[in-house]
Amino acid sequence: MSQLSTRHLLGIKNLTPEDIHLILETAANFKEVINRPIKKVPSLRDITIANVFFENSTRTRLSFELAEKRLSADVINFSSSNSSVKKGESLVDTVNNILSMKVDMVVMRHSSPGAPHFLSRNVKANIVNAGDGTHEHPTQALLDSFSIQEKLGDLAGKKVAIIGDILHSRVALSNIFCLKKLGAEVMVCGPITLLPKHIESLGVKVELDVKKALQWCDVANVLRIQLERQQIKYFPSLREYSLYYGINKKLLEQLDKEIVIMHPGPINRGVELASDVADSEHSIILEQVQNGVAVRMAVLYLLAGSRN
Amino acid sequence: MQKRLVLDQQQIGIILRRFCHQLIENHDNFENTVLLGLQPRGSILMDHLAPILEEISGVKVPFGYLDATFHRDDFRRRDFPLKANETKINFLVESKKVILVDDVLYKGRSVRAAMDAMIAFGRPQKVELMVLVDRKLTRDYPIMPDYYGIRVNTLDSQYVVVEWANQGQAENAVWITEKVKS
Repeated sequence: MSQLSTRHLLGIKNLTPEDIHLILETAANFKEVINRPIKKVPSLRDITIANVFFENSTRTRLSFELAEKRLSADVINFSSSNSSVKKGESLVDTVNNILSMKVDMVVMRHSSPGAPHFLSRNVKANIVNAGDGTHEHPTQALLDSFSIQEKLGDLAGKKVAIIGDILHSRVALSNIFCLKKLGAEVMVCGPITLLPKHIESLGVKVELDVKKALQWCDVANVLRIQLERQQIKYFPSLREYSLYYGINKKLLEQLDKEIVIMHPGPINRGVELASDVADSEHSIILEQVQNGVAVRMAVLYLLAGSRN
Repeated sequence: MQKRLVLDQQQIGIILRRFCHQLIENHDNFENTVLLGLQPRGSILMDHLAPILEEISGVKVPFGYLDATFHRDDFRRRDFPLKANETKINFLVESKKVILVDDVLYKGRSVRAAMDAMIAFGRPQKVELMVLVDRKLTRDYPIMPDYYGIRVNTLDSQYVVVEWANQGQAENAVWITEKVKS
């Protein structure tokens, strides 16, 4: 099959393993495209895409915009900081106003979990979730899986540890869904206060000791401490967090194997990841960024191409 | 279902060798020539042609596989998008003589898309088209092959099917079949 089972990308939870494989295979084709001398294909030239960002973003917004432009789509950008949202306009009104300008797809980031799901029930366009609060960030999970697959081959049976602020991380949840659907084993590791209750019901292992987690895994996906989402203190200080959960070269050298280090960005250097690890040969952080464009091209292409 | 044999294994073998001699006539020592098989089925023909060409000419002509899925003009006009295939071209076509290789020339739309896709790899000096089967009077675009194996009269209600022994078929063959009416 060359068609997704859905017309929106709201989260990994709604995708089938076949959908994920199709996206990753198509992304491999697009990765070849973006390494050509001329990196643009005409597939989406009659499509207009609105990037609607109600929350700050650098990497994801640039990555989506580049993916859209590489596919020859027309792109309009919207950010809530300088818009009528400040004047009290509702989400559906804002998006319907954008859609009345003949927009076909909406890429949305919002601080409220479920906002893209709500939107998909109320507007006609294809919706792509670019992160909804602490819920899901599907394209990040897809590009993470693509990057692991590119480095280590088939994900089935691979051991992936997600380390850090699991509680506030949409990247963690989407990654857990995605990796499990592709047959990988997943472990979450972090201070007990930053691990959601009942997380093991998702079929993941839980580990509090970062050394044990690193020893167990093939890949460590290190997450940022999301201070902007923390209303109370979950650990005494950043310095203490860094001492117990920060990953540095010394820690990696104690392992009896080589592991791959990933990070969705932005990195707080010296907190969750030391510079000597972030910039080392173990790290595939910049490959993740490049793969992000290819994966987003695949998602947009597959969603735009189906007429259901 | 009605099925008519157009080319058998021996005839295809003769055509492939003829193609090689024609290429030698037109491209001399292949100094500046490259071959591109159009994915997915032109690449299979390409894989059959390349070793024979090397055997006859003594030259290893560079070749690659070109996928034109992202350049097709029927995207969003089908019920679902076509699945892309791998593009594998390890050279630039800038100022090269390019021979596009496909199995069947029908509407000409795939070849148009392929030329569009090819330009992402540079501006070729010259482009030629080689097809095993040229379906007469079915073209939507003004595209004609420079080399063809056989030219056949067909209707829109028919398929031209190219079978290859290395793709799980009994032997190399070209058939004309009727489309099944739904």
